[in-house]
Amino acid sequence: MRFSEVKNHLSKFTVGIAGAGGIGSNCAVALARSGVGTLVIVDYDVIETPNLNRQYYFKSQVGLMKTVALEENIRNIDPEVKVISHQKKLDKFNIAEIFSGCNIIVEAFDSSEMKEMLIETVQILIPGIPIIVGSGMAGWGKTNEITSRKIDDTLYVCGDESTEVSENMPPIAPRVGIVANMQANLVIEILMKIKY
Amino acid sequence: MRILLNNREEEFSDKSISVSDMLILKKFSYKMRIIKINGTLISKDKYDSTVIHDGDDVQMLYLMSGG
Repeated sequence: MRFSEVKNHLSKFTVGIAGAGGIGSNCAVALARSGVGTLVIVDYDVIETPNLNRQYYFKSQVGLMKTVALEENIRNIDPEVKVISHQKKLDKFNIAEIFSGCNIIVEAFDSSEMKEMLIETVQILIPGIPIIVGSGMAGWGKTNEITSRKIDDTLYVCGDESTEVSENMPPIAPRVGIVANMQANLVIEILMKIKY
Repeated sequence: MRILLNNREEEFSDKSISVSDMLILKKFSYKMRIIKINGTLISKDKYDSTVIHDGDDVQMLYLMSGG
């Protein structure tokens, strides 16, 4: 299949991205480049200098809302990609409404508590919408320990499922980027199987 | 009883156990996780009251912070 056909197919779909940090920003850019039609991006944070070690932002964007900067970066890559951004913190009460129109949701949070809350809420309130989780991407090296795993038709996980971010185990561009792009790759794999 | 835990067969001496018991028996200590039994997500507040039976398909996913 030619790329133009892939892009044409992907343009019909909407992908939700919960968080616009290391995973969310890199995953959104990969999906935009691939031709996904609409991205629903949710984040409440502002870009800080330490974020630039892995997140898809630039020095000139420090201080901007991540949703605003990411929308700008995606527009600079492909203005045809529609970005719907929400500057808010996701919780049990707004997740279903924000993501109900999405074909797939990418879990792109930093904290494990938020990951758990999102997955539980999506699986209970909007079952049927697949969620792609990132878990375990701290540090460097150990490339081959990063895998992707299908739990069932609505739940997938990418990462090493063991390394946790801490002071001495920081998140750094390569491993975070690998996991973010694995999640994007799974999104494309699932969408390409859907007949539209 | 025999169950499938992350696609691997596991044997327990009891006929049925709660999710909380299984976590203790298997020494799964890490707190942030998702558990699904036969495709149904079990929320954390139901770990004590949810019983795992012979033949159940249990899937567990650890959630590590970072992103």
